[in-house]
Amino acid sequence: MEHTLTAEDIAAGVERLARAIREKHSGHPVALVGIRSRGDEVAERVLTLLSEEDGWDLSFGVLDISLYRDDFEHLRENPSIQESDIPFTVDGAHIILVDDVLFTGRTIRAALDALSDYGRPAKVELAVLIDRGHREMPIQPDYVGITLDTRRLDHVFVSLEGTDGVDRIQIVAKEKP
Amino acid sequence: MARKDLLDISALDREEIEHLLDQSIPFKELFTRSVKKVPALKGKSVLMLFYEPSTRTHSSFEVAAKRLSADVTNFDVAHSSIAKGESVRETVETLQAMRTDYIIVRHKASGLPGTIARLTKASVINAGDGAHAHPTQGLLDAFTIKEKFPDPAGKKVLIIGDILHSRVARSTSTILKKLGVDVAYLGPGSLVPRTGPENIRRFTDYKEAMAWSPDVVYLLRVQMERQDVQYFPSLREYHKLYGINDARLDEIRKRGLYLMHPGPVNRGVELCDAVMDYERSLINDQVENGIAVRMAVLYWLKPGGES
Repeated sequence: MEHTLTAEDIAAGVERLARAIREKHSGHPVALVGIRSRGDEVAERVLTLLSEEDGWDLSFGVLDISLYRDDFEHLRENPSIQESDIPFTVDGAHIILVDDVLFTGRTIRAALDALSDYGRPAKVELAVLIDRGHREMPIQPDYVGITLDTRRLDHVFVSLEGTDGVDRIQIVAKEKP
Repeated sequence: MARKDLLDISALDREEIEHLLDQSIPFKELFTRSVKKVPALKGKSVLMLFYEPSTRTHSSFEVAAKRLSADVTNFDVAHSSIAKGESVRETVETLQAMRTDYIIVRHKASGLPGTIARLTKASVINAGDGAHAHPTQGLLDAFTIKEKFPDPAGKKVLIIGDILHSRVARSTSTILKKLGVDVAYLGPGSLVPRTGPENIRRFTDYKEAMAWSPDVVYLLRVQMERQDVQYFPSLREYHKLYGINDARLDEIRKRGLYLMHPGPVNRGVELCDAVMDYERSLINDQVENGIAVRMAVLYWLKPGGES
């Protein structure tokens, strides 16, 4: 079983995120921080839409959370890490973390830890392109682009143009054994 | 594929070397944060087993391990049972019982870290064994050169000094050759081995070596403590023939060459005081990069597997 979302669905999801953030914070300084990989691309797209509003003080950063994961013991090989780039002062900032898929919540837990090593933000919110449910931590999004009803063992594959060459979301159901 | 141990640069293929050098970049980026520590190796233990004195390498590894949140224990050789005649094997069995995850070894005997690696499940990192190898020094030197020359293939590095006794020369020239860098040696005939890799040029005359037009001049430390026999008449004469004095520094500056040295420097022997202020000296970069590269190595190795 396979289910696919298209580039139009993704664009609508990004638009929904931007609209919700604009409604709540228009004009107030906000920093979008995308989580590698693909969260950074979602954040860039949202930023482009928000930038249409003149004079809004928007900052942008990228976070790699590999060194903050809690599953090293289970990996045969440690994940390759990339640079983080937080070019603004985190102390006192209003930050919106952006990721592509929210699933167990463990990535966001790691991202919050990573972020706190850069400083003490005044507020942190969470925006995700896709919420597929099945949290293992008390973490909830503030902004959601697309809500997907999935099973725990389903795979959600996100491809984005800048990272993978094409905009597509595939939901692959795991066959019953 | 991750490895258990890092014993020698020559054991790594080019892909692994490029991976480690690439992975060192994000670790170096951490140094600009107010919190320089990450939790990647939280709960892991690192044991420093140094049978030979070292200040720089020892503290560099210690800082690297601590920035990864590992617990570091110094096995103080001077005060340990090793001084009472305990064998290396017994020591390693003790360490094994302590369930150490990483052992960082320096020893005057070539090959000893490899022996330890076979006796333990811990990841073993060679921090210098005799005149054999010093792989993390090679990695940090290559990283430092790559920062200046992102595509280092075809660049020329002149290594000056006591090649014969130098594990730095061995590891650094091995990794540079793997990256396609052209390497040459310069030093007294008695200290530049005639045997060894064929594709490394050998000079004994400073002027001739400079006529080869190197991009980087790499000065080795004259290792007074490692020479039982005298290989050159005097330090003054060494400085006169191969040391970087004011006149030679002027020429190096005019040509815009980079200068490197693994430290600690013997001022007035390998180089004069003015070199320390030379704007293209990479000596301090080497120190900083050493920590980043060692973090990348610790993060990459996987304890517990097969040696």
